[in-house]
Amino acid sequence: MSDLTVDVAVVGAGPAGLAAAVAAAEAGAVVAVVDAGTQTGGQFWRHRPETGDADPDGHGHHDWNTFLDLRRRFRAGIAAGRVHHLPGLQVWMASKNDVDGFTLRTTRTVVGGEGVTPTVHAARLVLCPGGYDRQLPVPGWDLPGVMAAGGIQAFIKANGALPGKRFVVAGTGPFLLPVAANIAEAGGEVLAVLESSSLSKWFPHWKAAASVPGKALEGAEYAGIFARHRIPYKTRSIVTAVSGTDRVQTVSWAKADADGRAIPGTGGRYEDVDVIGFGWGFTPQMELPLSFGVQTRLDADGSLVAVVDERQESSVPGLFLAGEVTGVGGAVLAVLEGKAAGTAAADASAVVLPADVLPAKEAARRDRHRRFAQAMHQAHPVPHAWQEWLTPETLVCRCEEVPVSEVTQARSTLGAEDSRSLKSFTRVGMGWCQGRVCGFAGSCLGAGPGEPAAAASLASAAKRPLAVPVPISELASLND
Amino acid sequence: MSSVDRDVRFTFDGRELAAEPGQTVGAALVTNGVTAWRGTRKEGRPRGLFCGIGVCFDCLVTVDGVANQRACLVELCEGMDVRGTLAGDETEETR
Ligand SMILES: Cc1cc2nc3c(=O)[nH]c(=O)nc-3n(C[C@H](O)[C@H](O)[C@H](O)COP(=O)(O)OP(=O)(O)OC[C@H]3O[C@@H](n4cnc5c(N)ncnc54)[C@H](O)[C@@H]3O)c2cc1C
Ligand code: FES
Repeated sequence: MSDLTVDVAVVGAGPAGLAAAVAAAEAGAVVAVVDAGTQTGGQFWRHRPETGDADPDGHGHHDWNTFLDLRRRFRAGIAAGRVHHLPGLQVWMASKNDVDGFTLRTTRTVVGGEGVTPTVHAARLVLCPGGYDRQLPVPGWDLPGVMAAGGIQAFIKANGALPGKRFVVAGTGPFLLPVAANIAEAGGEVLAVLESSSLSKWFPHWKAAASVPGKALEGAEYAGIFARHRIPYKTRSIVTAVSGTDRVQTVSWAKADADGRAIPGTGGRYEDVDVIGFGWGFTPQMELPLSFGVQTRLDADGSLVAVVDERQESSVPGLFLAGEVTGVGGAVLAVLEGKAAGTAAADASAVVLPADVLPAKEAARRDRHRRFAQAMHQAHPVPHAWQEWLTPETLVCRCEEVPVSEVTQARSTLGAEDSRSLKSFTRVGMGWCQGRVCGFAGSCLGAGPGEPAAAASLASAAKRPLAVPVPISELASLND
Repeated sequence: MSSVDRDVRFTFDGRELAAEPGQTVGAALVTNGVTAWRGTRKEGRPRGLFCGIGVCFDCLVTVDGVANQRACLVELCEGMDVRGTLAGDETEETR
């Protein structure tokens, strides 16, 4: 298969992409779904290979029945010839022209396999690429055994195993809770969950929080698991350093003041730690939306996200977005947005009204989850003073091994204040990950101590000519 | 898992190891106690799994002669020849 022409192309088969594909197909469109994963589910419903267990029971998952329902309808679409599932493929370039609409170029996620990878042409496009854990550098974070909190979660869900025995989970946000709970339920020891924020930060937002009762139930479930496994949950607490010779051994922590500054003489150390997981919220995967020049905004969590209307349409006609790229807000919201986007994208005449893409009840639910997400972001901010944790030797860019000292020097002596000039002076963000891991921190460091990352800097950090590294042969195919 | 016959056998830098079926190469290494396999280009510092989902490229590994594969994404197969760059092999970072 080399070319496929459809009504609607969807990128991503996570909660948003699955819901979009199902909605578009059920509205009568022919749909192609390109997903980097080998099976549907995305990050939230990542599970063991279906080749080994065709019907996993969803242990450790939330809303598993929603997934099973979407997967059943997705498969029905495949059986009816209306859905083309293209798994194990990454879109490395997406473009639009007036004649053919949208074009997606793909490459294999894992090298191997026969034949050419397909190019997808579609009249309308729904991008649901999700996001990844946001990271802040801390001394020693380049040691093996330091992982993204979501990476631990993904490890457990995909492999049915643990990446170590003794864990510390740190950062901010409610997402640290399921990570610690899943570790404990899988038999690991969680020495502590270190949350930088103070839970009193939720008080001003109690209305938004109370409007999503499901979240309170989840919270109660985690409280039970934490009590059962005696997991200490320490608020206003931060990791000050990770140390060890060739892997993590010791995690040093301290109590933090209201700005997130370590309070001298507080805290302590955890020894014989196998894995420390860090999560500072999520960074939406913006390179594909940005490659179309969509209108963006800074969200309450400081992330660059895309602006959409009630039909999930971006500022580019025919381009719809759903899930984390429109604002980090969790899987329930992603499903609702995906449904709206898929329904709207199925309509060739582009006259479908907002009221027709989502029933009033679900539209209201989408609003409540968006308000909850805003409250969550405000209650769990990136600590104002996080740059004070760093030492001159702390790496900012893990790929190119650029330390803090080089970045601050480029800022003070060369006036490099945004990710683009920092990149050219220090190589921050020039490595394999193309600034995905250090893009946020680099932009903050460019802005200066205590300053938030500027939207323009985040945008240039996330602009990647190729969404993923591709083999030369794939590039050559552009001339065909 | 106890039943040895259900395990998938593979080699890492020539060493014979086994892991549960359906795991990724990265998970197979980590559950065998191998926490690092890539040496960084500048300082030769050890790296292993970090993001766990294919975003950071820290976990690059050579699988059956193909360099620069993300260990967190490649599913382990029987008889795979997995090689890291910590042992001084310089196949990495040729993009
Ligand atoms: C590692 C990780 C673990 C998480 N675990 C939890 C959890 O346990 N509980 C919780 O409440 N929330 C969790 N979250 C957050 C949760 O996953 C999101 O809220 C939710 O999945 C958002 O859904 P989505 O459809 O927007 O994106 P995702 O679920 O991220 O789906 C996006 C899909 O798009 C694919 N994709 C991206 N770019 C491309 C491309 N260029 N080409 C092809 N395919 C592409 C990805 O491979 C993925 O399958 C986690 C997030 C991460 C990053
Ligand atoms: S661990 Fe980040 S790409 Fe594999």
